Amino acid sequence: MKRRDFLKSAAVFVSGASVSISALEIFEPGEILAAAPELRWAFLVDTYKCVGCGFCVKGCKIENDIPLEANVTRTWVERYVLTKDGDVVADSPKGALNGFTSNLIDQNASGMKKIADTDIAQAFFVPKLCNHCETPACVQVCPVGATYQTADGVVLVDRTWCIGCGYCIMGCPYGVRFFHPVEKVVDKCTFCYHRISNGQTTACVQACPFGARQIGNLRDPGDPVAKAVLTQRVGVLRDEYGTKPHVFYIGLNMEVR
Amino acid sequence: MKNHVWRPLFVVIGLVVFILLVRMLYVPVDFNAQEKGYTFGYHRLSNEQEWKDYPAKYKESGYCLECHPENTATLAESAHAMIPCENCHGAALQHPDAPELLTVDRSRELCVRCHSSLFMPSSGRSAIPGIDPAEHNVDELCSDCHNPHNPSLEEM
Ligand code: HEC
Ligand code: HEC
Ligand code: HEC
Ligand code: HEC
Repeated sequence: MKRRDFLKSAAVFVSGASVSISALEIFEPGEILAAAPELRWAFLVDTYKCVGCGFCVKGCKIENDIPLEANVTRTWVERYVLTKDGDVVADSPKGALNGFTSNLIDQNASGMKKIADTDIAQAFFVPKLCNHCETPACVQVCPVGATYQTADGVVLVDRTWCIGCGYCIMGCPYGVRFFHPVEKVVDKCTFCYHRISNGQTTACVQACPFGARQIGNLRDPGDPVAKAVLTQRVGVLRDEYGTKPHVFYIGLNMEVR
Repeated sequence: MKNHVWRPLFVVIGLVVFILLVRMLYVPVDFNAQEKGYTFGYHRLSNEQEWKDYPAKYKESGYCLECHPENTATLAESAHAMIPCENCHGAALQHPDAPELLTVDRSRELCVRCHSSLFMPSSGRSAIPGIDPAEHNVDELCSDCHNPHNPSLEEM
């Protein structure tokens, strides 16, 4: 190679490479460390208090414009019946939109199951919603940066940016994401971000007559939720996935999935 | 080197520059990563504000006191005191401007959410008096006999 050719190609290469490098913004690790957030939203569910009325599901759907009759919901309530023989039977008719009104347990393909009262060892309700994980699997898999975690720990979906590929629906270990039938994008619980950011509580928390649901700030030692998480025996769902879920349950059984 | 080696390289460089230009124009300027870093926080920053501006629909029971003091007072003293008004009457939105009237849901479905008798020994359901909706005065509305704002059986 002649010296002239070498210089030429080097110049072309360097300019080309520098253009592509300029597309990457360099991230300052110091910025992450400096931002010590004093707000981290967390949710507390007391399964002893839940009566399965489903007002939380109805309230959530109305507040967040999820079509009532569509078979998708941001929050739902499951009924668990543990028999004396050690069987675990669970159902959630329409996500408990209309509550639990029958003692027949919906077993999908195998029909409705009736368990005699005398065979029941334990029976209780477990409300579920997005866990707003500290390391959310759903966010990691988004190919376009449409879903993200805010500084206060809430996982949101940018409706203008979501392409509806559904990776996040598959990626979520808790099955809380779904395809919004009207907006045609992926949708999920936002912890009612519009309400909690404006001094209100979430639609489901305000709808619960029995105080089974609470939302609070984990970083505030005086907060009832923070206190309960620190001082009581609380559990989280599917800890083994390492997503660090932030919905804490009082009275969680190992049978609950 | 020969020209035929250079030409494809220029095409590739041109393509890269073109794609970067399109990306610069297409991706909103506020697309960035905040405290959470690129793994979890790379997003269009203004979307957070868009979610904060989503209209709230539930006003909570304190709002009703001002204009419906009687119902509020009756309910507050009854066994139903813990049930928020809007659970039974729907979200208040801009009531009484829009809607002028809230729904008055007299359906049996509303009451059996809590009162259908289920055997749930390890939950709060067991503390609520239960009836079998298929047997308890089947063809009538619950509110024909019971006052939803004061369900006391003595004052029926
Ligand atoms: C600013 C005053 C105001 C507030 C606040 C208000 N209301 Fe009303 N409400 C009215 C008026 C006025 C009417 C229509 C007149 C009427 O029939 O009593 C009405 C009607 C209703 C009706 C229909 C009554 C019927 O006979 O059909 C219901 C139910 C109702 N309100 C419930 C509520 C609830 C629940 C709340 C709280 C979330 C609430 N209202 C808050 C003023 C108010
Ligand atoms: C358990 C469900 C329930 C709750 C909670 C409830 N209501 Fe009602 N409300 C009803 C039903 C059912 C009727 C219809 C009663 C009838 O048919 O006589 C009604 C009727 C009304 C009416 C119109 C008729 C009337 O009696 O004046 C108003 C206004 C009203 N409610 C306001 C309120 C307010 C305000 C609250 C909260 C403090 C509230 N309600 C809580 C179920 C409920
Ligand atoms: C959110 C759940 C819920 C809903 C919905 C509800 N109730 Fe109740 N109800 C309760 C609770 C809780 C009690 C009080 C239990 C106690 O403390 O004794 C109660 C008490 C009663 C009682 C009194 C029973 C007694 O032994 O004194 C009657 C009657 C009653 N409700 C009727 C109704 C009717 C009619 C409706 C529909 C308009 C209704 N309830 C809707 C939860 C509910
Ligand atoms: C024809 C009038 C009538 C209708 C309609 C009616 N009830 Fe009753 N209800 C009664 C009477 C009377 C009692 C008290 C005697 C008894 O326990 O049967 C009662 C008792 C109850 C109790 C208390 C049971 C207990 O063991 O303490 C509940 C709860 C109740 N009703 C809920 C409802 C619900 C929910 C509906 C609608 C699905 C309804 N009722 C419809 C007349 C009625």
